Amino acid sequence: MSPAYDAIVVGGGLVGSALAFGLQREGLSTLILDEGDIAFRATRGNFGLVWVQSKGIDFSPYAHWTWESAETWAGLSNLISEITGIDVGYQRPGGAEICVDDKEFAAKRQKMEKLQSHSPHVKFEMLDQKSMAELLPGLSPDVAGGCYFSGDGHANPLNLLRGLHQSFKSMGGVINSDAPVNDIVSQGSSFTAKTKKGEFHSARVILAAGLGTQNLANKVGMDIPVHPDRGQILVTERLKPFLTMPLSKIRQTIEGSVQIGDSHEDAGLDVGMSTPILNKMAIRAVQMFPHLGNARIVRAWSALRIMTPDGYPIYEQSEQHPGAFAAVCHSGVTLAAAHALQVPKYIKEGTLPTSLAPLRTNRFKKEMAHA
Amino acid sequence: MKDHYDIAIIGTGPAGMAAATVASAHGADVLIVDEQPEVGGQIYRGITRQSIKDRTILGDDYYKGQNLAGAFAASNVDHVSGATVWQVSPEREIGISKDGAAHLLTADQVIIATGAQERPFPIPGWTLPGVMTAGSAQILLKSSGITFSNAVFVGTGPLLYLIAYQYLKAGVPIRAILDTTPKSNRLKALPHLPGALSHLGSIMKGWKWIKALKSSGTLFIEGIDDLKITGKNSTEAIEYLVQNKWHRIETSNVFLHQGVVPNVNLAMASGCVYHWNEQKLCWHASTDEWGSSNVPGISIAGDGGGIGGAIAAEYQGRITAYQALYTTNKIKKQERDINVLPTRHALAHEMRIRPFLDAMFRPAVQFRIPTDDATMVCRCEEVTAGKIRASVSLGCAGPNQLKSFTRCGMGPCQGRFCSLSVSELIAEARNISVNELEQLRLRPPVKPLMLAELANLSTFASEDT
Amino acid sequence: MHEIEMNPSPKVSIKFDGQTLQANEGETVAAALLRQTHLAFRTTAVTGTSRGPFCMMGICFDCLVEIDGVPNKQACMTYVENGMRVKRQLGAGDTGVFLSDEEDTQ
Repeated sequence: MSPAYDAIVVGGGLVGSALAFGLQREGLSTLILDEGDIAFRATRGNFGLVWVQSKGIDFSPYAHWTWESAETWAGLSNLISEITGIDVGYQRPGGAEICVDDKEFAAKRQKMEKLQSHSPHVKFEMLDQKSMAELLPGLSPDVAGGCYFSGDGHANPLNLLRGLHQSFKSMGGVINSDAPVNDIVSQGSSFTAKTKKGEFHSARVILAAGLGTQNLANKVGMDIPVHPDRGQILVTERLKPFLTMPLSKIRQTIEGSVQIGDSHEDAGLDVGMSTPILNKMAIRAVQMFPHLGNARIVRAWSALRIMTPDGYPIYEQSEQHPGAFAAVCHSGVTLAAAHALQVPKYIKEGTLPTSLAPLRTNRFKKEMAHA
Repeated sequence: MKDHYDIAIIGTGPAGMAAATVASAHGADVLIVDEQPEVGGQIYRGITRQSIKDRTILGDDYYKGQNLAGAFAASNVDHVSGATVWQVSPEREIGISKDGAAHLLTADQVIIATGAQERPFPIPGWTLPGVMTAGSAQILLKSSGITFSNAVFVGTGPLLYLIAYQYLKAGVPIRAILDTTPKSNRLKALPHLPGALSHLGSIMKGWKWIKALKSSGTLFIEGIDDLKITGKNSTEAIEYLVQNKWHRIETSNVFLHQGVVPNVNLAMASGCVYHWNEQKLCWHASTDEWGSSNVPGISIAGDGGGIGGAIAAEYQGRITAYQALYTTNKIKKQERDINVLPTRHALAHEMRIRPFLDAMFRPAVQFRIPTDDATMVCRCEEVTAGKIRASVSLGCAGPNQLKSFTRCGMGPCQGRFCSLSVSELIAEARNISVNELEQLRLRPPVKPLMLAELANLSTFASEDT
Repeated sequence: MHEIEMNPSPKVSIKFDGQTLQANEGETVAAALLRQTHLAFRTTAVTGTSRGPFCMMGICFDCLVEIDGVPNKQACMTYVENGMRVKRQLGAGDTGVFLSDEEDTQ
């Protein structure tokens, strides 16, 4: 049976859609198989940062990969806009992390110096309250200050997802939603994805199914260790624009609503009962911007982040079944440009480059050997 | 307010008041919370004030609420009025906001009695100032004596005729009544008539309202096939299609109504399971004969679980209260059963008219699923039917994905005035039944909450300092 | 507007966009404004179109106004108090800090 598609991407979230967009653009006929309406859509929980200043402090390959994506993000935004007219809301006004006290300020400085030691392009600035308040009207006089980096930015994750889907389709890509993949079988040089809507054949299969990736990866000889990490977000009603740039925990969207997050995109595990966490998030937000006390929260939700054992992304190709790839990460927006513009080339060529070698799964085996 | 109660009841409509009265009479420590400053819910709104001088305007059914409110006032419960409940967690942790401060407390049993809301009526122009629900007209009349001369009443269902009749009794001129009841409904309701005959009095009452309206000289148009409301910044006219011909009436006020549906947001956000009811075209709580939901310790009473009207709600409130008393060891099983038996019979009797009403006043499909793509479906985020259809063709499978595509359902009303239309619209576009769709996932806070209130939440403040 | 005879209740006065109006104690801000035939209470944050009360029971959020400096308050759920300052809610809420290019110039 000859494969009907050059590539099947399993998962229609931010990671899968970006990869599929790129594959179709590379001239490979691509099918997205997506779950139904209530998948664990991490996309919905994404904070929308295109964020550099806290990524890969202890792991330079991740820092460099993040930077590569951030530097090419404007290109992705333009492409989507040209193809579909959809504005994904990308802006790069720089970004800041606010430190409420001196202890946080000192710790942040130390981290950023470490990041800069291997990533000299991250030309951060530690600003005191006064200088920070000049950039951020309404900032509380009681905070210590914060870290500003001009290379940070943000986008609208929902528009990005829609833009990727729509441009993928207008380039000839096919999306089959409500078709969760139950099984993948490899036969010679072809893969078969089995769903309740039938079987689909392709020359390549790319697993970008978030938390569902591990199970499918096993079917094609890969081990992709992922676990859920609950992140929570508070969203206010629309407010008149007051934030000039995204902050690591507070972001005002183009629509005007203010998102308040509980942790950095590179945060470790942060699972707990919801109300105390929401309470802490609210306290912190009002601590930074007292006027937000009068803003009303219209939504609060948690989404499951896709965490790997060390928190860094995984890109893998099956040794047993070449042509089967996997991509998982929790930075679907920041890395969208890399996923749409870089990774598809590697998948088309059939090899992951040495620059991505540190992000493959054998890094976990090494850790095991050390232990 | 204490930190913990035996039984907490949300809503002081007929179900909530009845439940609280029963529960406190048997020694339970009861909290009851409502957003309004006075008891009564929407159906008996303003019942403790009785501000309108002429009692014939609102009619005897309304003043029946006095007995219930009187018994409630005499009972020993903690009544927190003017307070918003923004969450009931599956662990029965209740988030309450009052006077700018938020509180958390717990209860062994929670009875959700959040009542009904009016069904969305998505037609062109339904967002214009001057267009309100017929329920609004009644609320303004009951609580402030405010009416609008020369308004047009549009739609179907007993409440529409009742309010128009109340206007008539009050001597307020009505410009027109545009009845959208599909003529074919009569035939479909006929098989349910025998069952409803035990409620002949109610049927006759409704018939009397309609007859009075028709003989009053008010323009009463039936067989409406399509509608649009027009105006620039405010309502200027309503246009209607009858027998393939469009007509136009100039007016500044339009009152829409096509039935009531359960107010599900709080219960759904608590994890209570609802299922689609094709006869009633709305979500129904999947509760047992005691009103108990799938979430341990949370029950649903009254119209918030499924529409039965004020009297049925009162009975359901009693039944859930007896079960809550039994579960919290305030009464023995035998006492529960003896007390509940007559109420069960009365409830069964009360519900007998419902299949007839559901069939008779089933709203027409074109007024539930907009045919015109430009019609607004999500009032908050201003998402049109056309945008929703386009999203479905792009692969959007249900209302949750639709949020990602369009922000539909993401505004402050949290889907209350769009989710029924959205579900039916997506199901139609995908050519499946609403039952096969996922429901809009709801999460606390179910009502907007000030950030300062959440930051100053009393229970957790001490932990942080 | 056609007013039905009510039992007398004390009056309070509130301001709506600077204009003083009388209201009955115990009624909502929405009722007080509707009595003066103000039907449009706000403009939307999305397209700037006019809206007014729709449900009168706290669930549609179309009657939002600014009350005593706090934006996006539900007029149908807020009860009148003497001296209350009510303003139309124009577009998105303003919590006191916003960038100048969006500033209302009126």
